[in-house]
Amino acid sequence: MTPVLLAAASASIEGRQLVTAAAYLAASFLFIYGIVSLTHPDRARRGNTMAALGMLLAVAGTLVVQGLSYEWIAGGILLGSIIGVPMGLKIPMTKMPERIALSHAFGGLAVALVGVIYYIHESGFAAHGEVDRFHMGAVGFEVLMGAITFTGSLMAFGKLQGFLPGKPTVFPMQNAITFVALLSAAAMVVFLVARPASISIGVADTVFYITLGVAFVLGVLLVLPIGGADMPVVICLLNSYAGLAASASGFALDNKVLIICGALDGGSGFILAMVMSKAMNRSFANVLFGAFGSDAGPAKSATGGKAANVNEASVEDASELLKNAGSLIVVPGYGMAVAQAQHAVREIASLLEKNGARVRYAIHPVAGRMPGHMNVLLAEANVPYDQLYDLDQINDDFVNTDVVLVVGANDVVNPAAKTSPGSPIFGMPVFNCEQSKAVIVLKRSMNPGFAGIENELFVHPRTMMVFGDAKQTLQKVASELKSASGH
Amino acid sequence: MTEPILSGLFVFMLAAFMGYAVISKVPALLHTPLMSFTNAISGISLVASLVAAGSDWGLAARILGVVAVTAATINVVGGFLITDRMLKMFRKKPGAK
Repeated sequence: MTPVLLAAASASIEGRQLVTAAAYLAASFLFIYGIVSLTHPDRARRGNTMAALGMLLAVAGTLVVQGLSYEWIAGGILLGSIIGVPMGLKIPMTKMPERIALSHAFGGLAVALVGVIYYIHESGFAAHGEVDRFHMGAVGFEVLMGAITFTGSLMAFGKLQGFLPGKPTVFPMQNAITFVALLSAAAMVVFLVARPASISIGVADTVFYITLGVAFVLGVLLVLPIGGADMPVVICLLNSYAGLAASASGFALDNKVLIICGALDGGSGFILAMVMSKAMNRSFANVLFGAFGSDAGPAKSATGGKAANVNEASVEDASELLKNAGSLIVVPGYGMAVAQAQHAVREIASLLEKNGARVRYAIHPVAGRMPGHMNVLLAEANVPYDQLYDLDQINDDFVNTDVVLVVGANDVVNPAAKTSPGSPIFGMPVFNCEQSKAVIVLKRSMNPGFAGIENELFVHPRTMMVFGDAKQTLQKVASELKSASGH
Repeated sequence: MTEPILSGLFVFMLAAFMGYAVISKVPALLHTPLMSFTNAISGISLVASLVAAGSDWGLAARILGVVAVTAATINVVGGFLITDRMLKMFRKKPGAK
């Protein structure tokens, strides 16, 4: 690579452009290779490395562009690496949703700023003449989406991290205000695109910056009313917005590699968002504007505290049941991530496997706070991935299973989704836990889950509730199992 | 002027179709790495930020450009590292730590 760069440095401007274009072409190939590799777990890691190489080529190919002053660039790259490298190496897997939300914020910010700079350079202060309509449209869309993604992702991050209340924040006329803001932002972009010659650049500049400001507010407005349990969909949509913004910047700058990466990112986010909302049996509109989980009024009716028919069990009871189980399905939920109980789950699974039991894990698409959240946590705990099953793959097997262990999951195991048409989650595909021979539910307390809905599984005759911190409970069960096998 | 628009739209259309076909085949198992991977590659906006920060387009553009370079670098560097860390953990057989 270096000799190529050195040769290019002395070459003509045309030669440099050729080097840049070749680097972008190679990068595009490597990115596509990377995403194709992600379809299989055994090849995925290599694909990621290849894509990183592609990024390196693209950056190197950009740096040979004539007339760039490197000291500013170096400062930015250095600062970004100082923040990015420790984040990449140290962040715990349980914090992955937070880190993904934050990275969407950075992505949105970078793209929005590139749009603003392009606007300044091409139109405003520099007065290079006028931006043509197509490019103005691309820049307008880019800045709008980028700014929405930035503040929206910061809100999502705040909710995940607990800075902001996880429950939906609602105020009167909220949806109306959001729609008006959205429409006015769109109208301002249309105005900038269609701007008649009689409107001065000064006015256009003002409208542009107002659009930017409205977009920042819109990001906040769009994410505020969305509850924590709906975060998987929101994170996917923000992912999609970030990608579309990047793609728009590719149109603004006539840069194909940006268009390609943006399309891949935007498409991926959109597909994941569809998977997520399908797994909740809800539409995008319902997720975005439904303020789900805010109205917990009727939910707290029957069993506010520990009701009489809850079968509360001790660690010893649970251990006894597990010891004799020939087959076990673990259903993890967000509570497993909160309690960081994945390693304890794995320990119990290993002990039971030594007893000859078959252990599998049932992963609901919306378990946790982002797509694939549970898979990553269990992989971290060294669970082999062929024991992780999707909803469709495993749901018919509950009927033949001795024990189901529910670790911090709630809505995804609620039979009300199948049986009571009045329930807010009715129609959502859920696990058939109640069909198994016995169910152990690990739960902090009898409080209803995020959606604030009663769960019949918890009062089912074959269900054993073990209250307390999931990690501590599981560790106690593990030592019970060990002492039992020691005899 | 129409040529770059049209070729841009062609590229977008092809990338979107290919992306849809391929990404639909990514197993749910790898959805989190998929997100962090696509996030890392969309950090390609770094190249646009580099041009903005490195060109002499005035102080405002310079400062915003450096902020954009920083933000995009965080995503690129962090994104590929985290994706690698996650993918390293997915194993078929237990024990090989």
